[in-house]
Amino acid sequence: MELSVLFFLTSGLFLGWALGANDAANVFGTAVGTRMIRFTTAAVVCTVFVILGAVISGAGTTETLGKLGAIDALPGSFMAAFAAALAVYLMTKAGLPVSTTQAIVGAIIGWNLFTDTVTDPTALAKILSTWLISPILAAGFAMVLFKATTMVLARARLHLIRLDAYTRLGLLLAGAFGAYSLGANNIANVMGVFVPASPFTDFEFAGLFTFSSTEQLFLLGALAIGLGVVTYSKRVMMTVGTGIMPLSPVAAWVVVMSHSMVLFLFASQGLESFLQSNGLPTIPLVPVSSSQAVVGAVLGIALLKGGRGIRWRVVGGIGAGWVVTPLIAGVVCFIGLFFLQNVFDQKVHAGGPGKEPLAVFSAPAGTAVGPDPAPARKRPL
Amino acid sequence: MELTKNISLFRRTRALENEIDEFLDKLSQSSLHFKIAVKVYLRDRCTTDFENKLQDVNKMESEADHLRRAIETKLYAQTLIPESRGDVLGLIENLDHLLNLFEGALWAFSIEKPEIPDEYHADYETLSDMAVESVEALVLASRAFFRNIEAVGDHNHKVMFYEKEADKVSTKLKKAIFNSELDLSRKAQLRNFVEHIDNIPDWAEDVADRLAIYAIKRTV
Repeated sequence: MELSVLFFLTSGLFLGWALGANDAANVFGTAVGTRMIRFTTAAVVCTVFVILGAVISGAGTTETLGKLGAIDALPGSFMAAFAAALAVYLMTKAGLPVSTTQAIVGAIIGWNLFTDTVTDPTALAKILSTWLISPILAAGFAMVLFKATTMVLARARLHLIRLDAYTRLGLLLAGAFGAYSLGANNIANVMGVFVPASPFTDFEFAGLFTFSSTEQLFLLGALAIGLGVVTYSKRVMMTVGTGIMPLSPVAAWVVVMSHSMVLFLFASQGLESFLQSNGLPTIPLVPVSSSQAVVGAVLGIALLKGGRGIRWRVVGGIGAGWVVTPLIAGVVCFIGLFFLQNVFDQKVHAGGPGKEPLAVFSAPAGTAVGPDPAPARKRPL
Repeated sequence: MELTKNISLFRRTRALENEIDEFLDKLSQSSLHFKIAVKVYLRDRCTTDFENKLQDVNKMESEADHLRRAIETKLYAQTLIPESRGDVLGLIENLDHLLNLFEGALWAFSIEKPEIPDEYHADYETLSDMAVESVEALVLASRAFFRNIEAVGDHNHKVMFYEKEADKVSTKLKKAIFNSELDLSRKAQLRNFVEHIDNIPDWAEDVADRLAIYAIKRTV
């Protein structure tokens, strides 16, 4: 692979790093912040399970993101991921809560507008509606789970010290589940835009299984997320615990579980096929915001307790981020693509002007803007 | 790695639970020894029986001290219950002070050997009973704090009740002492012994007040 291919992938890796730095705190923040779990343990478990989730179950949400706009030229993918990462970075700098999901969707729409590609209204509606549904669903899960947990605990009459030990184990397992779900659901944000233009090729592993180009991309993205977790998430974790309202360790467990269940539901192809085979309505596989799921879950518990102690200003800030993040990413992507195409003479979409960036990249460039990126990655490069 | 640590954590938490229970047992037993010791003193004054009871309380106090140190070290060394660690530490130390009060009162009897006129015996005994009842209720409230947080209030109100009753008895006793024809020095000495005993339910009430706050903190 040429060096320039790696260069184009760096924006995705940057976005992955930002996601790891920010969203790992949603999974392990309270546990580490309250010193129930050591940061080192949290970072290792988080990284391993994010990688597993991304490589094993990352395809579902990527497909949906691909339907929104299959970016078919590597420089275009580079700019989309870069715009998203910049939006995430700027919002984080401004101290506003941010979602990589919303950033990348904004960036893809920016690419669509620049390349005159029609944004699939069904896919967009599906994604937008899940943004609304996911915090509500997380709140619902949190309410049920919190009620059930407190009832069980009241009945079990565990010793305070024993409860502490169970809570630690619970937080560790919930964190692992959360990290898996985060990897499965959010890898699409990091590497989704590169899938139709993947520079990798499939290869068989000792004739046992095929390691597809998409999976290789996901592994790379997951490693970037892991790097973000290890290098930068500690600071976020130490401050996240009391963001919206102070939580007890048991409530923190409920929040992590509810968040993870929501992310898992919107990422699990297994669950989708199970529902389909039983004639039940399916859940769309859409990348949702980990931060908003957490906010939903915390609000669920707060409402159950009568709504006291909620810092509505923080909640309002999160709501504002909902609109501002995709807007920034979209505008940055549009402007960035203009420069990339007209100043640097790069082909930002398959049918557009500019030179082909790389020889190895010529085959996917011929790929039409399709609803499903899967056929594109099967083409020989 | 952390999982195996957690499994061994379960074994260690069992040991710590036992130590906390044992500490509370020591406090409860000390209060019962104290009750008997006061009865013995009022009946026979400073006899071997009384000295034996004093030694029992003495032993309980030093054993409880060992347990307290072990509990505190484990809580911090193993970074257990980070949310409630300070509260548990405060609770254990305040409960430990009750053992010191029991021991201190009995030592005072043993050293000063006050002559208590017969007409005050009943009130001294009632005062000692109220003190012991308040501590017993506090021990139950403390056990509830660890195992059944909702029940803390059920026991705490009894601590308040016995403290009020003890106050009534001690005021009555002090008035009777200072209205008597005894020398001022004896009056002062007898008053001191009323206060030695009355300090116990007073302290128990303070601990119960804090315990109520700790319990609220845990349910939030």
